[in-house]
Amino acid sequence: MSATTSIVTRGRHREKERLQWGSPAVYFIALVLVAVCLAPVLYIVIGGFRTNAQITTNPAGLPNPWEFGNYLDVLTSDVFWLQVGNSLIAAAFTTAGVVVLGLMVSYVLARYHFRGRGAMYALFAAGLMFPITVAITPLYILVKDLGLMNSLAGVILPQIAFALPTTVIILVPFLRAIPDEIEEAAAIDGAGRLGFFFRMVLRLAVPGVVTVGILAFIGSWNSYLLPLFILNDASTYTLPLGVQAFSSQYSVDTARVLAFTSLAMLPALLFFLVFQRRIVGGLTGAVKG
Amino acid sequence: MPSADRRRGKRAAAWRTRMEITVLSGPAIIVFLGFVIFPVAMAAYYGFFNWQGYGPATDFVGLKNYVVIFTDPTFLEALTHNGVILVLSLVMQGPLAILLALLLNQKMRGRTIIRVLIFVPYVIAEVIVGTGFSLMLQTSGAMNALLKNIGLGFLQADWLADPAIAIWTLMFILTWKYIGFAVILFLAGLQGIPTELFEAAAIDGASYWQIQRRITLPLLGPTVRIWAFLSIIGSLQLFDLVYIIWGQYVAGVAGTSTMATYMVTNGRDAGNFGYGNAVAVVIFFISLIIALIYQRFVLRRDTAGALTEGRK
Repeated sequence: MSATTSIVTRGRHREKERLQWGSPAVYFIALVLVAVCLAPVLYIVIGGFRTNAQITTNPAGLPNPWEFGNYLDVLTSDVFWLQVGNSLIAAAFTTAGVVVLGLMVSYVLARYHFRGRGAMYALFAAGLMFPITVAITPLYILVKDLGLMNSLAGVILPQIAFALPTTVIILVPFLRAIPDEIEEAAAIDGAGRLGFFFRMVLRLAVPGVVTVGILAFIGSWNSYLLPLFILNDASTYTLPLGVQAFSSQYSVDTARVLAFTSLAMLPALLFFLVFQRRIVGGLTGAVKG
Repeated sequence: MPSADRRRGKRAAAWRTRMEITVLSGPAIIVFLGFVIFPVAMAAYYGFFNWQGYGPATDFVGLKNYVVIFTDPTFLEALTHNGVILVLSLVMQGPLAILLALLLNQKMRGRTIIRVLIFVPYVIAEVIVGTGFSLMLQTSGAMNALLKNIGLGFLQADWLADPAIAIWTLMFILTWKYIGFAVILFLAGLQGIPTELFEAAAIDGASYWQIQRRITLPLLGPTVRIWAFLSIIGSLQLFDLVYIIWGQYVAGVAGTSTMATYMVTNGRDAGNFGYGNAVAVVIFFISLIIALIYQRFVLRRDTAGALTEGRK
């Protein structure tokens, strides 16, 4: 973390901006805030380096000595990697589906004039009010009737559907902001609407697409309720189900549960830290749009 | 060009456009209708049956499920909890997030990294948050040990099991998890306010707090109203964290059950799918009514332009 801090500090330094009012107090509050936000995360990560005896005798202490066995156990277990694989497949296909379908429909909503466009946009916007919780029981039955129980496809398809409202709401303003002149120029050069879509829009929409993709990926990676209903066979478990199964199976082995849990959160966390600018940027666009 | 030809050309272009619209929007609409709208409609249907989830639903019971729901004290309790969570979320998280957003909107070193770090809880899966907090907050967990170590042993408590405390524990965890999202939204909103306004007010001699109260807050209104909407819907649908931390049976005893945990416990877990669907319908209608009222009276001015015609 210190390396990152110094980079950021150097970047700020170059701007030569004078700090404004009451900075010590501001920094203090900000630090307290960051500490509160990170403490539980650190508890999980550091907890994995302790033994159960250490946890029992001194639940709030640091590991002494640091124990690497828990992490090694998890990292060498087939179950963990199987669940990582399942989560990756589910997240990758969900993301791909959300991006492709979302981009296509958003393009129509943003750049075509036709009757019913308002209604179509409203339909997707209303989808925001239908979180998966409400539809979960019939969704489970639908997936069962389609023969997709215990298959990742049974998780992926509903996830795509439920991610579409957010996607549409983020992408439509993005696509609408592409200047008409570019489209006209493309038309003069002989590109039809579809040609314009493939040659220009796809490239210009990359920032929006990345935001939507990240949100879909993290959403899928973390999703719990849907897999809980659809995936009953342990070999199809995604990581969130795995964490829960693991923590109830090894409920006495707290240290190992903490190691498993912190390894399970690592990928989404890294993914977020790499792409955080895009997420924040995308939300900004959605709120302003 | 003769006009008949032009008309034919126009018609061909119109047909082409219609094809493009259909091909491009078709798949998304089919998936959306199939996996979002259709299940919600089916919930309404199955809700009228006494049905265990296999075979066709034949045991039609009319409104009986609904009568049972609204006369079940366990459900009414859960509904109350949703209400409490809704109000507390708005009252606790809104002002806190606005203050934090104002604070983090200052020009200060390390601002970017602070913003990233407070967003971390939002990114972590509910399961992981739940597992971590339930370990930390159990009676023999790290929280109580920490309080004892720093000489605040008298504050030790049964954070998860004591019905007088558990709802506040839940509120703390919810705030911890979702405050970053609110702050990021508000920061985005703050960035949309032209700085000239602040400069003008400062020149006119307005103090920092006057500027925030008279200029920033009103202009942040649309963002706050959208956040509040998301928060309300989230509070009504709350499931994961409660179910993970308090599980199937304890949530009721600890006073943290919600309509959604009630739905899963009394529907799927009890093998009573018709009933579970009826509960889903109730949750849906409560959310819908509240959302419509909110949109009608609060969000109206913000979304008025968004849903109607017109490219910018």
